[in-house]
Amino acid sequence: MIRLVDVSRLYRTGAEEVHALDGVSLEINRGEFLAIMGTSGSGKSTMMNIIGCLDRPTAGHYYFEGHDVGRMSDDQQALLRSREFGFIFQQFNLLPRMSAIEQVELPLVYQSKGGRRKRAKEALAMVGLGNRMTHKPTMLSGGQQQRVAIARALVVNPRVILADEPTGALDTRTSEEVMEILEGLVRERGITVILVTHEQDVANYADRIIRMRDGKIVEDAVHRHGEHHARAVTA
Amino acid sequence: MSPFDALRVAARAILANGLRSVLTTLGMVIGVGSVIVLIAVGQGAQKGVQDQIRGLGQDLLFIKPAQTSGAAPGQGGAAGPAGGGQTLTKADADALAAANLPGVAGVAAQQTQDNIQLISGATNQAVTIVATTPTYPTVRSMAVSDGRFINDDEVTRKSLSIVLGASLAQTLFPEGSAVGQSLRMTFFGRVNLTFTVVGVMAPKGGSGGGTADDYAYIPLPTLQARLGGPRNTTGDVFVNQVNVQMAPGADQAAVKAAITDTLMQRRTTVTTPNFSLQTQDDLLGAAGDVSRTLSILLGGIAGISLLVGGIGLMNIMLVSVTERTREIGIRRAVGARGKDIILQFVTEALALCVGGGLLGIAIGVGIAVGLDGREVGSQTMATVIQPWSIGVAFAVAAGIGALSGSYPAYRASRLDPITALRNE
Repeated sequence: MIRLVDVSRLYRTGAEEVHALDGVSLEINRGEFLAIMGTSGSGKSTMMNIIGCLDRPTAGHYYFEGHDVGRMSDDQQALLRSREFGFIFQQFNLLPRMSAIEQVELPLVYQSKGGRRKRAKEALAMVGLGNRMTHKPTMLSGGQQQRVAIARALVVNPRVILADEPTGALDTRTSEEVMEILEGLVRERGITVILVTHEQDVANYADRIIRMRDGKIVEDAVHRHGEHHARAVTA
Repeated sequence: MSPFDALRVAARAILANGLRSVLTTLGMVIGVGSVIVLIAVGQGAQKGVQDQIRGLGQDLLFIKPAQTSGAAPGQGGAAGPAGGGQTLTKADADALAAANLPGVAGVAAQQTQDNIQLISGATNQAVTIVATTPTYPTVRSMAVSDGRFINDDEVTRKSLSIVLGASLAQTLFPEGSAVGQSLRMTFFGRVNLTFTVVGVMAPKGGSGGGTADDYAYIPLPTLQARLGGPRNTTGDVFVNQVNVQMAPGADQAAVKAAITDTLMQRRTTVTTPNFSLQTQDDLLGAAGDVSRTLSILLGGIAGISLLVGGIGLMNIMLVSVTERTREIGIRRAVGARGKDIILQFVTEALALCVGGGLLGIAIGVGIAVGLDGREVGSQTMATVIQPWSIGVAFAVAAGIGALSGSYPAYRASRLDPITALRNE
């Protein structure tokens, strides 16, 4: 479903050139639960942003369902983000002053589709926030805010959820809640989840773990499901 | 994003920054309001002047002496009006009347004298005297409401008869009829004459100080004989205006030419006319030029305030877009296209402008209507609201809104989603 071929991303800061991604090739199949690990600056977030069409590669090709994303217009990429991807960020990235239900409706506003309120309600109920619909971000705990963000990502029925350090701002207990929701999306709804993290505990939920260093993939391992339960118990 | 959604988002953003929105809108309110008010005031002034000129009478033509004095030195008598040359006489007017020119319906000479004091009992009033002949009311389309106007006999005898303007009569004789009453006239203490009131004019109206209703009328030769008005060496009396009533529909250019011919035949010492002819149309044209300039000036000032308001709005929109870069990033991440972002910010700017424009129209029209007919100092304000000024002001406001919204919005839409998202 997702295929990166020799993708590079070059940043220029003054005279200095930084290869955030350096000729990465990768294939991700439908329904995979993939964790990308690495230290900060290893290029893991850059790769995820390129997959989510938030950023463009400076070299190489990115194919989504066989279509060359690099050749798409700005509007076509926006359409792709709108229909196929749901984003979850470390800092939640909710809009201030908007109630939970409005946050979740937002992606549907840009799809100009009807029945927004109903679909948003369903998505909020799915993450267990059916009783917090009129709450604004400031009235919600960190875990609740992240669940609103998950509902916002889910409401368009995306094929891929991209989660960048989704538990980075949360404590252990709420981290587990969030990860169990993400795991449920893969197991029960067949959604592809791509997770960026530097925490092994979080990565252990995934079926496949990729490690990155200096803009390159250094390890790509299948991770046997079930192992994380043992670790979680001993932790 | 549907336009309805764009409006909702705009309303939310405007309300979220209440004070800032109000202050931004205030610029547009003042701009639009002042365009409407100042143009209405300019038009009101124009209309006031036109009404005053039209109030002089239909089909009137004035003959006036040349502005430089042609009088020989040593001629006695009271000074004429400042700048008024002594080149026109009662004999000129008589000759015009006798010539029976085609298109000329009536002729009346007049000499005006300011600062005459009329005293009746304890009331002492400084007035303007119009010394003239019996044809004057007909020529100037005026009517006598009580008694009669000056007659030929009084002109011949240089009688001490006087006709009062409507409001002057009211001032001097508040109770009962003025006709038959007597009053004293002095001119800087030089003379002390007793006049008999023979008539009172019907009110004529008109705006501004010194209307016909405040004048007093006496036989033309009386001014020269009794108050020392200007005369030439042969005893002919100088006048500072000859009123000519033209027949309705007369060819004004032909009448002017005929009058000039007749008068030039009487002149031996000059080869070019030492008098000028003015019709109502000439006066309207001259006054129109002046008030048009005034309107343009006022409109220009208002236009500048509208422009300043627009720049203020542009500034606020730029700040607003910069502040909300992260919000733009979030919206992009959940699927907003560049044009959705543009739509959002243009709608916001337009809503501010249209809101401010409508409020400005309401306030501007309110002020213009409130000012109309109000006394400001000694002047009565007149305003005429021009529908086109409302349209133009509103269109400019909306245009400024669209312009000042679209540039910041375009900049916002060009941002990379990830760059916008990372903005703190």
